[in-house]
Amino acid sequence: MDLLRFITAGSVDDGKSTLIGRLLYDSKNILIDQLEALEKSTKNRTDGSVDLALLTDGLRAEREQGITIDVAYRYFTTPRRKFIIADAPGHVQYTRNMITGASNANLIIILIDARQGVVEQTRRHSIIASLLRIPHVVVAINKMDLVDYSQDVYNNILIEYSKVAKQLELKNVSYIPISALNGDNIVEKSDLIDWYEGKPLLEFLEEVSVSNDVNLTDSRFQVQLIIRPQTEQLHDYRGYAGKIVSGIYRKGDKVTVLPQQINSTISKLETGGSEVDEVFAPQPAIIHLADDIDISRGDTIVKSDNLPQVNNELEVLLCWMDEKPLQPGNKYLLQHNSRLVKSIIKKIDYKLDVNSLQKQSAEGDVKLNEVVKAIIKTASPLVYDSYPKLNTNGSAVLIDETSNNTVAAVLFQ
Amino acid sequence: MSLYQLNYLEQLEAESIHIFREVAAQFERPALLFSGGKDSITLVHLARKAFSPGAIPFPLVHIDTGHNFPEALQFRDWLTKEVGAELVVRKVEDTILERKLTEPKGKFPSRNWLQTYTLLDTIEEFKFDCCIGGARRDEEKARAKERIFSVRDEFGQWDPKLQRPELWSIYNGRIHKGENVRVFPISNWTELDIWNYIRKEKIDLPSIYFAHEREVIEHEGQLVALSEYVQPAQDDIVIKKSVRYRTVGDMTCTAAVESNAATLDEVINEIISTRISERGETRIDDKVTEAAMEDRKKNGYF
Repeated sequence: MDLLRFITAGSVDDGKSTLIGRLLYDSKNILIDQLEALEKSTKNRTDGSVDLALLTDGLRAEREQGITIDVAYRYFTTPRRKFIIADAPGHVQYTRNMITGASNANLIIILIDARQGVVEQTRRHSIIASLLRIPHVVVAINKMDLVDYSQDVYNNILIEYSKVAKQLELKNVSYIPISALNGDNIVEKSDLIDWYEGKPLLEFLEEVSVSNDVNLTDSRFQVQLIIRPQTEQLHDYRGYAGKIVSGIYRKGDKVTVLPQQINSTISKLETGGSEVDEVFAPQPAIIHLADDIDISRGDTIVKSDNLPQVNNELEVLLCWMDEKPLQPGNKYLLQHNSRLVKSIIKKIDYKLDVNSLQKQSAEGDVKLNEVVKAIIKTASPLVYDSYPKLNTNGSAVLIDETSNNTVAAVLFQ
Repeated sequence: MSLYQLNYLEQLEAESIHIFREVAAQFERPALLFSGGKDSITLVHLARKAFSPGAIPFPLVHIDTGHNFPEALQFRDWLTKEVGAELVVRKVEDTILERKLTEPKGKFPSRNWLQTYTLLDTIEEFKFDCCIGGARRDEEKARAKERIFSVRDEFGQWDPKLQRPELWSIYNGRIHKGENVRVFPISNWTELDIWNYIRKEKIDLPSIYFAHEREVIEHEGQLVALSEYVQPAQDDIVIKKSVRYRTVGDMTCTAAVESNAATLDEVINEIISTRISERGETRIDDKVTEAAMEDRKKNGYF
């Protein structure tokens, strides 16, 4: 059994939480006491049937206002897969929370209200999916019950969204007409939508192939910490512990340590406490090298025949996530996986309008939820790949040294 | 499945080990909060794997409410010896005396809320900058919203509206003096994942997780074991039943489940077929209000 992480996105009343509630409910992943608590809180608010949306809104303020403020993670399992859902807020002011939820997703479900069609938020969420290169997109056209399950309505939205998908170069886009409220095409195929020939949503999620989402070609390993027990038996033990970011490593591989540019050979590999001949992403591992080299946390070990970029001045896309605006010339800490370096925003080339994807002038401060193209200079060189090529080695965050907050998502270009 | 693909348990394990190593590298004085339950036992196992062949580079800290199952305490002492870890125990009892706190009253006097005081005192005493905990997001609504690295202010408080964005697998553990980070390496595991992992890795558990005979009383549909902390009232009917525990908390606020499951396979089969959630079935303290956990977390609770 494998694992699929997906995120649901849509604007405020598209029925996102209802959809998740429905997925959990119809796949029998909601338990009796949770349902009882739900029925109780539904009674407190309105009379009527059980409000499945209440299953996912965890904070008191969210229940009171009927909106989602932060990402909630939900888990469910079918005989075929384990699923992790990031239920992300739809409001513009919570875009950063959506990016948090989207950063680890293999798939995004974009909800469209059949009565509304493609709206501004649909476009914005699609742009985030495109920026973060989420490998699979499902466009769930919801509330089909409110448009008499009309195929024309569905087709029009499909045509409208195809244009957006084409412009954003979204890959693997699928369309499913649903009614989250009534459960049409969620777990079972709906008789009311007999003109739809595809799979219901859950079956689609169970079958979509995610095995190609991990890059096994470009081998990258970053040192998290050095393990040196210094006990009597393990006196000379020195292993570099970290996660295989991408690719495969084998005993005997010729490797280069970056940014030092020193060559060596893998003399021993360990994972899970035992010695192995090979390790692959995303396994944790301990690498031993044949030569004594000065290596510390954040240094990268790659295969010598496939090198990443090594630079201290780089082009990036920044998604700004802090209330305090970004000011060009400001210094921030940049954290690239386990590597922490000082950096300065040298120049902002342009702002990206997240509703139209148009480039705009870079005048003025960069505010919360804005996306800009920028040049960053770092105090020491970074060892990276471009995000589109290798997202796990192409992403970083900026940290405000004074507040310690994470203030930006960084995508290397 | 391709040769180079991890199954879901291996993926979860990989994520948790990565988190443990980040903690060891980013913090000066981390600690692992150990309750004696299956989740913290799993944490210890993962920590061992993350740093092997080295030792676990931080102490196990037990905030002892004084209402523990004796089996859980014995197991705690055995496990810490087994893994060669340092064990720090601080007692809620002492905090109550020192700070003249009021003991909770009632038939099931839970010291759950008072635990927070002892925890915060212990953090201050040892200057812990990071506490690793075994909370899972599937347990409860408020936990479903918490980050893996969760920053707490100097009062240990969680502010759900001011959480740091947490992207990819990049964890920002930078804090100001006096602040503290709670780290939850098994955030993405479910109850069933834990049990399946325990079976796969052959992890030892305290005996109370398996069916055994016990004298219990029934309270609002839940079975509560008699002990020196829980005495029957006059109208209570004391019955002897075969039970097991699905979670291990205090004897005063953990309910037992009627069961004959004596082996791991049998326990897992029962959990797969149950229609009641873990906390719902076994915790007497979560039922009070819908936002009980959110309130406790905001106040510095684990």
